[in-house]
Amino acid sequence: MTRMNLVQAINLALKQEMERDSTVVLMGEDVGKDGGVFRVTEGLWQQFGDSRVIDTPLAEVGIISVAIGMAIAGMKPVTEVQFDGFSLPMLDQLYNHAGRMRKRSQGKYHVPLVLRIPHGGGIRALEHHSESLETFFTHIPGIKVVAPSGPYNAKGLLVSSIRDPDPVVFLEPKRVYRAIKEEVPEEEYEIPLNKAEVVQEGSDITVIAWGAMQKIVREAIEQLNGKYSIEIIDLLTLYPLDRNTVIDSVKKTGRCVVVQEAPRTCGYGAELIATINEKALLSLEAPVQRVTGYDVPMPLPKLENYYIPDATRINKAIETVMSF
Amino acid sequence: MPKNDIRINFELFQILNEDGRIVNTRDMPQLKNDDIKRMYELMVLARVFDDTALKLQREGRLLTYASLQGQEASQIGSAIALQKEDWFVPSYRENGVFIARGHPMDMLYQYWAGDERGMDKLDSINGLPVAIPVGSQIPHAVGIAWANKLLGKRSVAAVYFGDGATSKGDFHEGVNFAGVFQVPCVFICQNNQWAISVSRKKQTASETIVQKAIAYGIEGVLVDGNDVFAVFKVVRDAVERARSGKGPTLIECYTYRMQNHTTADDWKKYRSEEEVERWKQKDPIERLKKYMESEGIWDENYEKMVWDDARTQVSEATRKFESVEPPSPLDMFKDVYGKLPPEIEEQRKDFE
Ligand SMILES: Cc1ncc(C[n+]2csc(CCOP(=O)(O)OP(=O)(O)O)c2C)c(N)n1
Ligand SMILES: [Mg+2]
Repeated sequence: MTRMNLVQAINLALKQEMERDSTVVLMGEDVGKDGGVFRVTEGLWQQFGDSRVIDTPLAEVGIISVAIGMAIAGMKPVTEVQFDGFSLPMLDQLYNHAGRMRKRSQGKYHVPLVLRIPHGGGIRALEHHSESLETFFTHIPGIKVVAPSGPYNAKGLLVSSIRDPDPVVFLEPKRVYRAIKEEVPEEEYEIPLNKAEVVQEGSDITVIAWGAMQKIVREAIEQLNGKYSIEIIDLLTLYPLDRNTVIDSVKKTGRCVVVQEAPRTCGYGAELIATINEKALLSLEAPVQRVTGYDVPMPLPKLENYYIPDATRINKAIETVMSF
Repeated sequence: MPKNDIRINFELFQILNEDGRIVNTRDMPQLKNDDIKRMYELMVLARVFDDTALKLQREGRLLTYASLQGQEASQIGSAIALQKEDWFVPSYRENGVFIARGHPMDMLYQYWAGDERGMDKLDSINGLPVAIPVGSQIPHAVGIAWANKLLGKRSVAAVYFGDGATSKGDFHEGVNFAGVFQVPCVFICQNNQWAISVSRKKQTASETIVQKAIAYGIEGVLVDGNDVFAVFKVVRDAVERARSGKGPTLIECYTYRMQNHTTADDWKKYRSEEEVERWKQKDPIERLKKYMESEGIWDENYEKMVWDDARTQVSEATRKFESVEPPSPLDMFKDVYGKLPPEIEEQRKDFE
């Protein structure tokens, strides 16, 4: 065990998977000598060389579509996009090809690639550098979507993502990159891509969040000083969703708040609430509340903290549900 | 096998050499002394603005900032070759062009401090907002130029982008449209040799960027981007060609990014001191100064006046930028739609 931050945990997972499997290659802008804009791939070019840590031309669509071809032909490309806002042109290739090559080839080809995206706001970054886009990806048939929240789960989830036979979008909570350190085992381990984690058990209310919102939720709940017995769920994987963990918890508590950073309308939280309504409606003591961003473009840094859900808004929603 | 000659040599167009001597009198544009001084003064102003931005960033008063140093001739030379009615479509590194077109410097600082109001009033300079997604602005310029043509306007669109941007589909699609529809668009690629840590050579196997013009059937010019006279001449000619209905031009300004990619970068990780030192010798401001001195339109007094004046303007802009009231949080709901839909109206009320 070593204490490390999320950047170090991902770096270690990449290094170990590359040592273990020579078909794993890294592709992206500035991932080589420079070590990536967030330094996530630091040292890997020095260890594995040009042919496995590949600085590509500046072309996100090129990166993902070439990676699809490489994956079909036997490689395991782990691609990186520098910031979430630049992943949007990749949706065409993800939707039309990565997610349906298996189907289109009648199961003869599959696309074992990973797309790593630094995700979300909160680091005072420039325009288009702070977007929360999970809904775009979870809506694509054939793609898995993973959203780690801290160093430990990031490492295990990335290993599973690289080993997974299907395309995985891996959303790295960039505001957490260097914000927390955790004990992370040196040896490799997998965290399955269909398991949520009950971070804290409770009996009054269930609070569900993923990615960077986990940290905010935990801090918010700490401020309540044990006022309620709160169950916290960290989804870890958004697609496929671990519905059992969610439903079992809501059935037990009868109350629920969902927290998402993305804009409200059609956000992933809406999917969670629909699932709860389908499977646990009769156990509910109160309507499920969602705390979300607003239906506006992600504000520039001067206003981003007014947009991103914070402890006040989360605790207000908890109170609303508890006092229903 | 047919024998095709596919090697194309573009000669680097230069007027003012590194020693500040005119090496191409035939092409030297007719410039009055005051025009030349204006070029010099704007280049100095851009540099002082930029130096101050780097300082403000270090002090935590700006966010990530992309320096234009080394590219003053490309930016100022091209900016003043445009008419007021022409459109300006920037990437994120064109603060020099913004300044030359009259966008207030305090508002530029405001934008780079993460305040969207810094991009207000762009309609008064016919400019689009800073575009950070690399290359994404290129086809917009083509559309603007095309609309101008269809609407019978005389205005031309000039779009700026880097060497890295030419790897993106947006570049190829934009230039191709421009060629097919013969729109009055001027593509200004500031090839500063680097896209963050990726060198020009690793960006494309083409010998030059400008040769891509051939593939799309449009005019192309390779110009010394540190030579303000050459850039001015080439851009002015391209703008006039476009204006007179003769179609688009791709211009490659061969220049250099003297500073880090942005304040979040460290160039020592991927390029050599020698390389940076070599380009320092080609400094666009020094070069023009030498020329002006030899022409008798530069002396120490003038030099002091120019820099003092630039510093005064920039400190005035800094003062203004720092005294601006913080934006209202409710601004985030502003300008999302012409008329706010009920969903957002409700969210806005919740917020209050
Ligand atoms: C689509 C997109 N991908 C990645 C980035 C991150 N990024 C910002 S600038 C840059 C390099 C751009 O190089 P170039 O086009 O040569 O312009 P320069 O910065 O040198 O002016 C990169 C990769 C971005 N802003 N947009
Ligand atoms: Mg460049």
